[in-house]
Amino acid sequence: MNKIISFPHLGKYYIPIKYIVENITKYKVLIPPENNKETIELGSRYSPEDICMPFKYNLGNYIQALNSGADILIQGGGGCRYGYFAELQEGILKSLGYKFDFINLIKNNHISVIKMYKISKKLNKKLNIFLYAYYLIQGILIIIFMDKLDDYLRKNMGYEKEKNSFKIKEEKMHQEFSKEKLGIIKIIKIYKKYYKEYRSIELEEKTRIKILLIGELYSLMDLNSSNNLERSLIQEGIEIIRYTNLTYLLIKKRFMKKMLLFKGRKYLKYALGADGTESVVHALEHAKKGVDGIIHIKSFSCVPEINAMPVLNQISEDYNVPILYLSFDGENNISNIDTKIEAFNDMIFNKKNK
Amino acid sequence: MKKIKIGIPRAFLYYRYGVLWKSFFEKLGLNVVLSPETNREILNLGINNTIDECCLSYKIYIGHAIYLSEKCDYILVSRVCDYGKKDKVCTRLNGTYDNLKYIIPKEMIIDFNIDHTNHKYQIFEFFKIGLKFSKNPIKIIYSYFYANKKQKNYDINKHKEENNKLLKKNKKILILSHFYNIKDKFISNYIIDYLEKNNVTPILSNNLNKKLAAEFSEYFSNTLYWKYSKEMIGSLYYYKHQIDGIIFISTYPCGIDSLVNNLAILKNSEIPILTLVIDENITDLSLETKLESFIDIINGGQNE
Repeated sequence: MNKIISFPHLGKYYIPIKYIVENITKYKVLIPPENNKETIELGSRYSPEDICMPFKYNLGNYIQALNSGADILIQGGGGCRYGYFAELQEGILKSLGYKFDFINLIKNNHISVIKMYKISKKLNKKLNIFLYAYYLIQGILIIIFMDKLDDYLRKNMGYEKEKNSFKIKEEKMHQEFSKEKLGIIKIIKIYKKYYKEYRSIELEEKTRIKILLIGELYSLMDLNSSNNLERSLIQEGIEIIRYTNLTYLLIKKRFMKKMLLFKGRKYLKYALGADGTESVVHALEHAKKGVDGIIHIKSFSCVPEINAMPVLNQISEDYNVPILYLSFDGENNISNIDTKIEAFNDMIFNKKNK
Repeated sequence: MKKIKIGIPRAFLYYRYGVLWKSFFEKLGLNVVLSPETNREILNLGINNTIDECCLSYKIYIGHAIYLSEKCDYILVSRVCDYGKKDKVCTRLNGTYDNLKYIIPKEMIIDFNIDHTNHKYQIFEFFKIGLKFSKNPIKIIYSYFYANKKQKNYDINKHKEENNKLLKKNKKILILSHFYNIKDKFISNYIIDYLEKNNVTPILSNNLNKKLAAEFSEYFSNTLYWKYSKEMIGSLYYYKHQIDGIIFISTYPCGIDSLVNNLAILKNSEIPILTLVIDENITDLSLETKLESFIDIINGGQNE
């Protein structure tokens, strides 16, 4: 019997995750439809009231996947309370009458590579540790390269001469990365090709307006969950700086914890939990460098980011940088947020043109 | 010479370490000032000085700290990160110090920091704080052990008291919440009083021995990693066969409770459960209606 695996969305990262899961377990993988209104509606119908938005989206993804025939679900988020989502989600889905296996990759609030190996060994008897490492490295390479290309895109997409030229290239890049079998050399080749192609796009030369995007990881990385905030800012002709991506969370963060606290010592004595410290330190760094504005986004009632807000206020006051706080709960009326952003943009553009 | 006044906000961790802190500072010869029980004035101070997405318990805490800042020389601010890898606490408590220092003067704050993964243990923190007020290290260590013993005795007595309640013959309802919610008069006093008035014994989850409770939480889930939730949910499984109903009290919006409580409700569908979410606008009347109908369910119409 062929079983089908599915997992919740996180931006475009379903491409590398699918690649890893498919090759390690040899099972068929089903990608739920991208996060949209229906997802959040399904999700919030069955979630507890004051839970944060990622939970609702995850649950919506699961329900949509189960409806289209998935048998095995994976949860692998860690962080503040994200690490405990899995059990409640499993309980809710079981109480709705679905039949499925649930795989939880979290151990002590972090994703565990060893636990992942043990589980995949059970699913695929032919797997050995070398094959596992081989595919895992490939997946991580895809993540790193996608993030690198994305960084360049965020910086320059607002200044392209011909509209949509970045978007077309990006879609092609995603298509090439989503092939079934790639191999390390092929992955590097694809990266090099698009590295060149991205840089061959002609850009307008203007004085650039820079905005730093900080905040909670899900609403930052999953563009659909924040009403495409990032892309709509880019379309206004703004350069976006954003640190939070999977490369950062999975790899860089481990080595930077102590450094971050040292850099932010003037404003922070202790870590704020999850990504709160990062938000503060990156805001501070860029406030010193002279960024034009900071936008802080989070899902409603995200505790670590609320911890960061009073500190951010102080930074904004000391360095005279405008800051805008937005919180998404999945049911916002879009016009409300649009008005805020419009006013913020107007203010920044006026300030710059003085 | 005038005694130094040290203020302890009567909220959050006061309800866990209160006896310890108080007797430690008194033994060192300081004048301990406690803020009064939570009232509207204190709550409003908190509401006005925090972001509105903060939970009610935190707003109360900030209110107490600001209230004390006009009356003392120093204020004890407690920050907890974790008690080991598997025993974390709400991230809210990670940021208390760094948030409060922008509200009350930084020089006034004495910070108490427990962070086992970074080797910040309780005893060293007390020693560090003690050095500020006394130059005699032996006195500090003696005060700590004296205070620690006092806190332990207090906890043991509370545990016994709670278990004696189980001997009563009338209906029993377990009140399940974090210790800082149950002991806060503003949040839970009305609920407990109402139950007692209606001949129902409220069993309080926070008085159970903490180690015992943490062990019992294994029945619930072995991946739960919040220490205070473990203690809370452990008491459910400890008292499970001796109670007739459960009342969950959580403050709006509590991130941890929204997960743990709902999972507990899913797993314990055979017991009648009432969830009360308390926010700053709650009125006694709305609580009364809910409690009244819940007690009717518990009694199963036997009164009529």
